[in-house]
Amino acid sequence: MSGSAPAGGLQQLLANLRVAPRRLRETMFRSGPPVSDRARASFIFGNVFLHLHPARVHRWSLRWSTTWGLGIVALSAFLVTLITGVLLMFYYKPYPDVAYESIKNIHFVVPTGRFMRNIHRWAAHLMVVAVLAHMARVFYTAAYRRPREFNWLVGMALLVTTLGLSFSGYLLPWDQLAYWAITIGANIAQSPREVTDALGITAFFDPGGLNKVLLLGAEEVGQEALIRFYLFHVMLLPLVLVALLAVHFWRIRKDGGLARPDDATQRLGPPHPATYPVFTEAPQKTYHLAAIVRGRTPAVGNGPEGTVPAMPHLLYAELALFMLTVGICLALAVLFDAPLKEVANPAVPENPAKAPWYFLGLQELVSFSAFMGGIGIPTIVLVGLGLIPYLDREETGSGEWFGGPGGGRVVAGAALFGLLSAVAIEAFAIRFGWVRQWWPAAPQLLITAFNPGTVLTAVYAAYSLWLVRRYASTRAGALGLFTCFLAGFLVLTVIGTYFRGPNWEFYWSPAQWPGH
Amino acid sequence: MSTIDSPLRHRSRLDPEPVPRRDFLGLAALWSAATALGFAALGALRLPKAAVLPSPSKKFRVQLPESLPPGQAFVPRGRAVAIFRDGGGVFAVSTVCTHLGCIVKPTPHGFDCPCHGSKFALDGSVVRGPAPAPLRWLAVTASGGEIVVDEGTTVPAGTRAAV
Repeated sequence: MSGSAPAGGLQQLLANLRVAPRRLRETMFRSGPPVSDRARASFIFGNVFLHLHPARVHRWSLRWSTTWGLGIVALSAFLVTLITGVLLMFYYKPYPDVAYESIKNIHFVVPTGRFMRNIHRWAAHLMVVAVLAHMARVFYTAAYRRPREFNWLVGMALLVTTLGLSFSGYLLPWDQLAYWAITIGANIAQSPREVTDALGITAFFDPGGLNKVLLLGAEEVGQEALIRFYLFHVMLLPLVLVALLAVHFWRIRKDGGLARPDDATQRLGPPHPATYPVFTEAPQKTYHLAAIVRGRTPAVGNGPEGTVPAMPHLLYAELALFMLTVGICLALAVLFDAPLKEVANPAVPENPAKAPWYFLGLQELVSFSAFMGGIGIPTIVLVGLGLIPYLDREETGSGEWFGGPGGGRVVAGAALFGLLSAVAIEAFAIRFGWVRQWWPAAPQLLITAFNPGTVLTAVYAAYSLWLVRRYASTRAGALGLFTCFLAGFLVLTVIGTYFRGPNWEFYWSPAQWPGH
Repeated sequence: MSTIDSPLRHRSRLDPEPVPRRDFLGLAALWSAATALGFAALGALRLPKAAVLPSPSKKFRVQLPESLPPGQAFVPRGRAVAIFRDGGGVFAVSTVCTHLGCIVKPTPHGFDCPCHGSKFALDGSVVRGPAPAPLRWLAVTASGGEIVVDEGTTVPAGTRAAV
C-alpha cells in the first residue's frame, strides 16, 4: 500500500472495502475450510468453542454402544434449560405474593411462554435421566479406573449439582408442590437435630438448625427462602455446574479420551470405506508437547493409531445428539404441559404431598427416618460411589460393558437380589409395621439407626462384600453394590410413585384411595 | 561460598536444614495470602446468616366456639394449632409435624400426617411413623372469653389452662 501513488488512495480504500467481508471471515476463523487432514485438525484447535475436543478421536469412542451418547445428551439438555431459563427470567418474579401469578402469566399470556416453560421442565427431567444413565454407563464400562478416578468424583459433583438445580427449580412457582417441597427440604437439612436432640446436645451443637437458617434466611418459609432458592437456581448452581463441566471435559482429554480395551483397534476390524482417513501408522515419528514434558500422560509413547479426525466424525455425532435432545424436549413440550398446582397454602399440605419422581425414592426413605433417609443414607451412598475407583485397582475389563470378574452374571444376580431384598423389606414394613408400632416407647436413636432404609443399605453392603470374597475381586463387589443400589432406587421410586396414597399409606392403586 | 556458610560450619547434623532467605520470604508471602483469603472467605460466609431473623408474631387471640365437645379439635383459620377443651380446661397442640414440618390433620383418634405417614395420639405422642418427637403442647392463657395461644412457647404435655 505504501508503494501506491498518492492519487490511488481512494481506489485502494474502495478495493479494501470490497474485500472487507472476505477479510472479516478470514480473520474470524483462524484456518481455512476443513478439507485436508491438517485443516480438519486446526478447525478444532483453532476455535475457542471447539478446542476442548481432541483433533483426532479413536474409532472405539465413536461407536454408539461405547457411550450411547449419554454425556452429550446431558450437556445438550443443560444447554436447552440454560436458554429457556434465561427466557423465563424475563417474566418470572421471585416474590411470594406475585411468583405464582407470574408463572400463570408465562403460561397463559406470554407468547410462546407456555411452550418455553414446558421445554425447560422436560429438558430438566431429561438432564436428570441422562446424568444418571451416563453415570451407570461409566460405571458398567469400568471407565472410572486409573487415570480417570478424579473425573468420576467430578461427575458425582455434577450429579449432586444437577439434582440441586432441579430441586431449587420446582420451588420457584410457589404452588402447593413448591411450598411443601421447600418446607420438607429445609426440615431435612435440619434433621441432624433428630440425633442431637436424642443425645440432648442441641443446645450447644446444632448443625441442623444452622442448615435450616442458611437455607431459609428466616425461621419460616417465606420471602427470604424464595429469594435464596431463586439465587441458587439462576446463579450459584449454574456457575458451579459450568465450572465443574469445564474440569470434567478437560479431564476427559487429559486422561486419554474415553476408556477402551487394549485391543480395541483389532476388535473394530477395518474401517468403513466412507470414513475420513484413519491413522494407521506414523510415517515419521512426531512428538507433541505431552511427549517432552515430564510426568505421565496417557498419550506418551502412543501414536494416533486407529483414530479418525474429530471433524467431521465426532462433531457430527455430537450435533446429531444435540438435535435429538432438542427434538425430544420439543415433542414432550408439545404433548405435555408442565404442571402448576394450586397456589401455596401454608395451612394445608396436599395429601399425599409428592415430590417429582426422582426424589420419590428419597421421600420413601425419609418416611422411615428424616435424618437417615435425607442425609445419612445419601451420604453413605455418595461416599461409597466416590471410593469405588480408589478401591477397584484391577485392570481386566476396562472399557467393556460389564467388564470384570463375573461380569454380566454378577450384574444379573445383583439386580435380582437388589430388587427382591428391597421388595421384601418394604413388604415386611408395610405388612407388619416397624419398631414404633411394636414398642411405642422405643428410643429415637434406635429407630434412626435401625429402619428399613438402613437395613436395606446394610444388606446390600453385606452382599457386595460376599461378592468380593466369592470372586476374589473388588470389581465384582463394586458391580454388585452399584447394581443393588440402582435396583433399590428403582423399587423405592416405584413404590413412592405408584403405591403411596393419602397419609403415605400403601395402596395397590390410586383407585383405592379414600375420597376426601 | 565459604563466607556464606561459615556460620554453618558448627551446625550439628541434628539441626534443621537452613531455609534460604528467598524461600522463606516466598513461603511467608504464600501463607499470608492464604490466611488473608481464608479470613475474607470466612467473612463472606458470615453474610448469609442474618443477625435478626424475620418472624411473624407467635401469639394470637382466639374465641372458642360455645360447644366444643372433649376430644374434638378446634383449628383457628390459618393457624397450625389444634385447641381442645375438656374437664381440666383448655389446651393447644401444635399441628406442625415433628418429622419434616407438614401440617398434621386432626382425626377422632389423634393426628395424621399427610406427607410421610406419621400418626399421633390425641395427646400428641407418636403412635407410628418416622416422627422423632411428640407434637408440641403450646402455652395457653385464658383472658375473659378469649384465649391467647403462644406458638413460640412449648409447655409440658398435659398442661391445661382453666377457663
